[in-house]
Amino acid sequence: MLDLALAYTRYRFLGNEFLTWLWYLVENDKYTPAAHGGDGNADAPASLQVGNRLVLENRQQEGLETITIKGDDAGLEEGILALRKGALVSEINLKYTLGPQQWTFTLKGESLNVSNLKFPEPTLVETRQDLEAATLDRIFMTEKVVDLIEDLYTRFVKQRLSPRWESEVLADIRQWIYSGT
Amino acid sequence: MGLRSSTVSLTRYKVNGKFEGSVTEAVLKGLRSFCITDIDEDDTEKSVGWTSWETPYQPDFSGSSFMLGTYMVFSMRIDKKTLPPKTINKHYTLAMEKKLAEDGRAFLSGNEKKLLKESVVQLLNKRIPATPNVYDIVWSYEDSRLWFFSNLKAANEELESLFLKSFQLSLIRIFPYTGAYLLSNLTDPEKDTLATLTPTLFRK
Repeated sequence: MLDLALAYTRYRFLGNEFLTWLWYLVENDKYTPAAHGGDGNADAPASLQVGNRLVLENRQQEGLETITIKGDDAGLEEGILALRKGALVSEINLKYTLGPQQWTFTLKGESLNVSNLKFPEPTLVETRQDLEAATLDRIFMTEKVVDLIEDLYTRFVKQRLSPRWESEVLADIRQWIYSGT
Repeated sequence: MGLRSSTVSLTRYKVNGKFEGSVTEAVLKGLRSFCITDIDEDDTEKSVGWTSWETPYQPDFSGSSFMLGTYMVFSMRIDKKTLPPKTINKHYTLAMEKKLAEDGRAFLSGNEKKLLKESVVQLLNKRIPATPNVYDIVWSYEDSRLWFFSNLKAANEELESLFLKSFQLSLIRIFPYTGAYLLSNLTDPEKDTLATLTPTLFRK
């Protein structure tokens, strides 16, 4: 394994490529849930949507250009234009729906950190036992999001490191980027 | 922001290594050895240590209360006293004027000024309570996963240092490289490809 301090900077691009791939996946309805079993939600319909914030960074030219698109019903055309100019997604807000439950959270490409994570529904706490149960429930709800991110990232990394990346995956992403031209 | 907040931030870690004996005992020992020390009554500026998730202002790890199902849940607390610069300046100026009058001198040397400022800061630190910040931690020992409920760089660095001191296990932060190398079940040829990977140009 490489030195971690060096690897953080050297592989920052990989996080932004992941989020760009993820946006393509979501926009083109190519997200399919992982086949997890035994958690009581295995058969619940799952979906992933872009939420209310998308940030793109362009480091291709000299300096750094940042494009932020925010708002619940914001059009994402500006983002596509930015991709055509060489930008990548550096931050994305996602809505994850599993059966009747919905999570929203923001993922950052550079660090893969999760922020603004909102959970399906709060649990009322009145006694100590309630507190323990509610905390365990919150851990379980957090695990759902962590599992989702890890599953998506593994899928991306496997595709990114495969010989199919350039010829198939990247070709499809480019087709999406330029489909409106 | 804690585990029970309506909105949370999350930094993921992989715990590097395992305990040799009882996990519960080893964790309890680490938590107790590096439990937060209250600094409200002394002149210390900052204190960092473990506390219990249920009662963060009165740490209590009795009865292995940090065990919750298959998880270990506890918190890191950072207590810090922050003095406004203008307050320091006021008390420093007054102390300097008093010393000059007492000694019958017109000025103090650079070293005297430095020592006087330190003593003023110490005195003021004794008089103000620390501001506590509590960060929750969920540790799934079996799969070596740890979640830290904050993205703050300084808090993450304190966690990594305190965790190593307390448990003699290191934390590896999950970011694009470590996520790929440690969590993506890569084959050896895939690891070789990762080592030489360069950015893709998505535009034509």
